[in-house]
Amino acid sequence: MSHFSAVGAAPPIEVYQLSRDCQADTHPQKINLGVGAYRTPEGKPWILPVVKKAEAQLAEDIDAETINHEYLPVLGLDSFTSAATAMLLGKGSPALKEERAFGIQALSGTGALRNGAEFLVQQLKKTVFYFSDPTWGNHGLVFKNAGFTDARTYRYWDKSTCGFNFEGLIEDLQNAPEGAVIILHACAHNPTGIDPSQEQWGKIADVMEEKKLFPFFDCAYQGFASGDLDQDAWAVRFFVERGFEMFCSQSFSKNFGLYNERAGNLTVVVKDKSLIENMKSQITLIVRAMYSNPPAHGSRIVDLVLKDEQLYTEWRGSIKIMSSRIIEMRHGLRERLEKLNTPGQWNHITEQIGMFSFTGLTPEMCQFLLKEKHVYLLKNGRISMCGVTPSNLDYLA
Amino acid sequence: MATCWSKMNKSSSILKRSSLLGQSIPWQPIKMGAPLSARASSWWSGVEMGPPDPILGVSEAFKKDTNPLKMNLGVGAYRDDQGKPFVLPSVREAERIIAQKGLNKEYAPIGGEPEFGRLSANLAFGQGNEIVSSGRNVSVQTISGTGALRVGATYLAKWFPGNKTVYLPRPSWGNHTPIFKQSGMNVDGYRYYDPTTCGFDFNGAMEDISRIPEKSVIMLHACAHNPTGVDPKDEQWKEMSQLVKKRNLFAFFDMAYQGFASGDVDRDAFAVRQFLEDGHNICLSQSYAKNMGLYGERVGAFTVVCKDKEEAARVNSQIKILIRPMYSNPPVNGSRIVSEILTNTALNKQWLEDVKGMADRIITMRQELKDGLANEGSSKNWEHIVDQIGMFCFTGMTPEQVEKITTEFSVYMTKDGRISVAGISSSNVGYLAKAMHAVTK
Repeated sequence: MSHFSAVGAAPPIEVYQLSRDCQADTHPQKINLGVGAYRTPEGKPWILPVVKKAEAQLAEDIDAETINHEYLPVLGLDSFTSAATAMLLGKGSPALKEERAFGIQALSGTGALRNGAEFLVQQLKKTVFYFSDPTWGNHGLVFKNAGFTDARTYRYWDKSTCGFNFEGLIEDLQNAPEGAVIILHACAHNPTGIDPSQEQWGKIADVMEEKKLFPFFDCAYQGFASGDLDQDAWAVRFFVERGFEMFCSQSFSKNFGLYNERAGNLTVVVKDKSLIENMKSQITLIVRAMYSNPPAHGSRIVDLVLKDEQLYTEWRGSIKIMSSRIIEMRHGLRERLEKLNTPGQWNHITEQIGMFSFTGLTPEMCQFLLKEKHVYLLKNGRISMCGVTPSNLDYLA
Repeated sequence: MATCWSKMNKSSSILKRSSLLGQSIPWQPIKMGAPLSARASSWWSGVEMGPPDPILGVSEAFKKDTNPLKMNLGVGAYRDDQGKPFVLPSVREAERIIAQKGLNKEYAPIGGEPEFGRLSANLAFGQGNEIVSSGRNVSVQTISGTGALRVGATYLAKWFPGNKTVYLPRPSWGNHTPIFKQSGMNVDGYRYYDPTTCGFDFNGAMEDISRIPEKSVIMLHACAHNPTGVDPKDEQWKEMSQLVKKRNLFAFFDMAYQGFASGDVDRDAFAVRQFLEDGHNICLSQSYAKNMGLYGERVGAFTVVCKDKEEAARVNSQIKILIRPMYSNPPVNGSRIVSEILTNTALNKQWLEDVKGMADRIITMRQELKDGLANEGSSKNWEHIVDQIGMFCFTGMTPEQVEKITTEFSVYMTKDGRISVAGISSSNVGYLAKAMHAVTK
């Protein structure tokens, strides 16, 4: 009699199952619009040139014995976390000048969210958190597994307009209990691609200040959305200027193409820098009990690039290439849909930003696309623009 | 009339803001919030200072010490005979081979590459073992050994149908307790180390194990027990296996030193394989930090041995659901190195030599330390130094003696008298013997 006879089969996680199904499909015109990973115009994964250069440099350094495979500190490579935090907040940020911001290396964006969530539960005894409806499929589970007991949503996507339900969002935040943690997408909202305007961010900040809500930004696409690092960080920096204390999880998966190296950072902004040592000591305990210390390779690559003027410039060029290609595909798709006189409005395709587009297609339509046309997308209608290439654009439309 | 715009112009921080944004975004006046001082106090005022990590504390104090003869016997990372970190030749070669392959950076599966899991299970269970060939194991890549333990503890906290308490040997690795507690498991213990002999308290262990409530989880160090270096003998393992079976306990093995203990990967897996032979469906955490020197790459594996393939599929699906909200999928740099080494015949052979080299050096240092103490004229029994195995040695020194050896000789170790033998080299073993004799005579 096994210990685990009662273990039920868990439902497969949609986005991974989609990839599996698409892989197995032999149809020549199949398109995978599921997982959010960048693809070249030829539909291939892309290793950024600066990443190749950095890895070559690191290989030389190992040979020269200037680096090795020893443990990183618990909170990560110091030089990396400083560079990552500065990249997010901007080098001239008052929070940095006043030494009241720091970074913790984490296992990419997911890990940063988890570290932050654990800290909020354990140290601040938080129980309530809000995520947008819809949001990235993993937000809820990260926070629940970290110990949050009360998961709530704030309205975000308006089905009827394929647009932003800003009034609904504000109303829901107005009704949030004091101290609730609010997950905000810094830019390129996943899955809708709709970001608040600056004025709307202002109003969001007003409500959060009034209701004493805690901002936890998820910044997975800095640079990748508009092609400009500063522009994409505007909302986070605005909240810093407004005087908020906050967490922000950063992922280098997309903007560096380092998906499988798990390079991430949790930026923490506080009001009182004297509390930082205590906070770090507590986060240390959380990290120790989860994975002890973070993986070195990805963070070393990012660190090398951010510190080297030439590589940094080259990297910014690569980000521009990636974001431009996506914007181009958006325009291409919208044009073709409109040319074909496809029923409905399609302006949202170009108004949305970032990797994903919320098409507004119903689950039934998505099923049709999947089964009949071999176009793989999530049943909520989300498509990854990265999967769209010049050669499949016509077929897709 | 003063508007909020005029207030903004006065504050220098706001002016900096426009330079941050550059020219691309037009400035828009925004309603000012209440001044900082009037707002609620910080969220973090109630955050207390956490307890200092004993091992890190040792390293930090060591760094500050200016004594040229200082020795760091705290942290458990292998050092060569020059006291330097060691990148294994087989690892270097694997890295070169991998660099040529031009592999991409796409997400790994949640549980890592299946091949990595399979290779790890085969390494632990023996090539050609029945478990892997019948597909009844779930083997996922994890964030080194710590990550494997955390995934395992989280899995047991949710799915273990028995008593959600894990029994750790006394003492155990300091991090076991927080890992299990934070996962929601209770923690208790069974006798293990005998301070009077500096050896294994077999009778005490057997007595305590026989009293552990049925259907509890028992943690066992597969080899090179951390922190004591004291391992049960083969015959003792066999008896423990029978008792654990009789008590209907669930065995969770932590194997962080396979190959690194005796120099022989099969020898070091004896206990794990004995338990499997006796029919236990164990779970296992493996680390490649020490035996492949991949510390900072964070490579490990967690395995659950299931009843059959069908059960394994269910268990696998549930484990993935626990991993995704932790870190989504694992880092591949280290696991690619491991897979390359374990599949490449020449590299595998090289690796086995590399790991034997490390183990041999440690065994040699143990012998030299014991001989050194005898040469100093110590009348104490230091047999345990060579009887114990692996990276660590529980010297038997008291906290006072440890304090003394640190302040008078700049020899740094943890208060429990544990030394990392990896930190000893042929050039300083004599000094260590002298220091140890001086504080213990």
